Amino acid sequence: MGKFVAVTIIVIAVASAIPIVMHTWEPPADISTHGALIDEQMSETMAEAGISFLASQILLAIFIWMFSSPKPGSRIKRLPGGAKGLVIAAFLLVGAEALALGVFGVKAWANVYLTPPSANAMPIQVQAGQFAFYFRYPGPDGKFGPLHPDLINEGTQNFFGLDQDHDPDSKDDIVTAEMAIPVNREIHLLMHSKDVGHSFFVPELRVQQDFVPGLDVSLHFTATKVGRYEIVCTQLCGLGHYNMKAYLSVYSQEDFDNWLKKEAAMQ
Amino acid sequence: MHDMSAHAVHHHAPPTSFIRKHVFSLDHKVIGKQYYGLALIAVFVGMVLSWLMRIHLGWTNYPIPGLHLLSSNGAPGNVMTPEYYLQLMTMHATIMVFFVLTTAPFAAFGNYFLPIQVGAEDMPFPRFNMMSFWVTFTAFVVLISSFFVSDGPTLGGWTQYAPLSAVGKVGGPGEGTGVVLWAASIGIFCIGQLLGSLNFITTTLDLRTRGMSLMRLPLSAWAWFITSCMGLTAFAVLMPGCILLILDHVAGTSFFVPSNLVINDQLQPHSGGSTLLWQHLFWFFGHPEVYIAIIPGMGIVSHVLITAMRRPMLSHRVLIYSMGALAVLSYMVYGHHMFVSGMNPVSSLAFSFPTLIITIPSTIVVLIWLGSLYGAKLRINTASLFALGFISMFISGGVSGFFLAQPSIDIMLHATYFVVGHFHLVMGVAAMFGIFAGTYFWFPKMFGRMMNETLGKIHFWLTFVGAYCIFMPFHYLGMAGNVRRYQAFVDDYTQRLIPVHQFITVAALLTGLAQFIFLYNLMHSRFWGKPAPDNPWEATSLEWSTPTTPPPHNNFGDKLPEVFHDPYQYGVESSTGDYVMQASPEKVKSAHEEA
Repeated sequence: MGKFVAVTIIVIAVASAIPIVMHTWEPPADISTHGALIDEQMSETMAEAGISFLASQILLAIFIWMFSSPKPGSRIKRLPGGAKGLVIAAFLLVGAEALALGVFGVKAWANVYLTPPSANAMPIQVQAGQFAFYFRYPGPDGKFGPLHPDLINEGTQNFFGLDQDHDPDSKDDIVTAEMAIPVNREIHLLMHSKDVGHSFFVPELRVQQDFVPGLDVSLHFTATKVGRYEIVCTQLCGLGHYNMKAYLSVYSQEDFDNWLKKEAAMQ
Repeated sequence: MHDMSAHAVHHHAPPTSFIRKHVFSLDHKVIGKQYYGLALIAVFVGMVLSWLMRIHLGWTNYPIPGLHLLSSNGAPGNVMTPEYYLQLMTMHATIMVFFVLTTAPFAAFGNYFLPIQVGAEDMPFPRFNMMSFWVTFTAFVVLISSFFVSDGPTLGGWTQYAPLSAVGKVGGPGEGTGVVLWAASIGIFCIGQLLGSLNFITTTLDLRTRGMSLMRLPLSAWAWFITSCMGLTAFAVLMPGCILLILDHVAGTSFFVPSNLVINDQLQPHSGGSTLLWQHLFWFFGHPEVYIAIIPGMGIVSHVLITAMRRPMLSHRVLIYSMGALAVLSYMVYGHHMFVSGMNPVSSLAFSFPTLIITIPSTIVVLIWLGSLYGAKLRINTASLFALGFISMFISGGVSGFFLAQPSIDIMLHATYFVVGHFHLVMGVAAMFGIFAGTYFWFPKMFGRMMNETLGKIHFWLTFVGAYCIFMPFHYLGMAGNVRRYQAFVDDYTQRLIPVHQFITVAALLTGLAQFIFLYNLMHSRFWGKPAPDNPWEATSLEWSTPTTPPPHNNFGDKLPEVFHDPYQYGVESSTGDYVMQASPEKVKSAHEEA
């Protein structure tokens, strides 16, 4: 039976690796300036983890095959190098692997999170609430009016709690249910939650960030490809969590300007 | 080293009444079996919940016959509502993590075998021990009771992230009473674990018999000892977290709720709390909890495997130190659950490095197992098959940790099925394989009867192949961006993934059915199994030296044993064959020297 176990382990290990090697289930293609670094980090990790996975499963299978039907009277053998050899190997191989991944990974992370957005990045505010996203553009004055949570009223479509009668900065703010951005322009996303925890995930943009109730969180990115993508919530926020999404349209600058004008007219 | 044989302290006479013998027993062996029974009930409840979820995920809106009996609100016309899916999911996870993965390998086997393996007649605080079980049982009843309150159990997931968990009924169905019952249950559960851990630690340190030095403890005993040290610190943090969460519900406090939250157009009457505080408290417990679930499995599997390999591990010490290193590091890595949570992004890097480093002790453990297989005389039986299966599962679940340790990759994989696949393999399936290995190995000692090997092997094959069919595809789904905790897949890019979900559902139903073979084997063998000899596996540690099988009330009869050897003297020449028992004074050339 030992040999059968060995063969099964190898079949499972190889079968598990096939969809990876064949790229059967891949994330959608990257449309961001920073995503290439993440994708590269991902494929390097896949190579290292994949080799570790296959090597250990195959070694396990080989040893089960070799030593599960011992001849009567045979003696216990000892692995050359013993435990000391294995400990040194683990420190050198895995230590080096971990360190390399860690150090290279810093670059990809820093690109998104440790560098501030550039001064001319376009600010857009996003508010998450059970179970929808709303977006706010500052309008021609470039200023967001203050928020008044007590004024939030879905019935009158005052999703953000703006006081447009009294706050001059709010007057020209444009609130939308869909997000649109110009291509190749850095976006500075100002995120806040109205009620509970939510998250902003656009796989194509290679961004995912939680909304933290009580905290203003920000994120910046640049989209490089025109198209229509989904923004999904990844933080369990209640019964409608699965259905909480919005669309992100990446337009050419001209199309974006037209879109914004149209939205402003509809306010 | 403590000489307990000279002044044995806990002479309590065997109880005579049914209640004292089987219900409120002070005997660690009975308590161990009670824990096992609780875990057995819990695991089948948890499994059926997962079946319901899987059917819904594969074929959303497909009526499941009889489901409305479970909850008429949750399943009108037998079709699961979105909130009921989340409620079942939360209960599945809570039951499995707390009442199965913590209870069975640690509390059940540890209670039964730790005192025997150290050569003691019981634990030092038998009343605390009895309390620990009944407190845990109460916790389970409180959790299950939330199925029967008006709007059902909480839907917030086993992590119960605030403020969803703390704002009360306005958060959604189950977020009022359901959360309070959940937090009460888990808070009570923590008390049980603290009492249990206290007993485990003192048993190991104070009740070792003559000759039983720390390094002569079997690896299973070491694993329970290390786990109990973690239990004492981790559950001590979760418990106050649960108390604060309950206060946010019933006392009008705002520990986890900030100001200016608006739900249903209503400004919430809270201010000043922090939602990230809950995450820090929860994960400071939550990550060590992963190791609380898996380290006993490592110990059990090492113990079973050594007996099957007929040789000691390449290094006893290195395995112990590695398990210790895992325990210590587990407290420093918890932030990897929070890379995109909104905490300072520099902290993410600070948590990333220890997470990558923790792969070193894990790798050492795996390499020691593999290196010890080399040149062994491996006996294949159901227990050793599950032990080998554990290693394979632990490797598969472990390598995906490389991805999740890195904040930059976590941007893509966080909250996807990749994470679900990772933790199910490494702490769910692997730990279950540890429990199965322990069950097939120790059942003869616990019940005096052998389990059926043929049924056991069928159980192994179906479970081994089945578990891979369920959990490997989870990784692929995650890589394609499939978000977890969704009751249906409405996003455009997830449409092509639905057939994969259907495949997983079929695999889960079949693998689940195979578990009834195990249940039948367990029940049938308990009463009608072949009578077991005292030492069926020709093993060396003290549990196989008891005067009777199952062991008598005080474990060793009139006199506690004396230990003369390291725990795993296999591959030697002695009067009994290729092994010499720890309690045998027979002098043999040490297996360690020869090795």
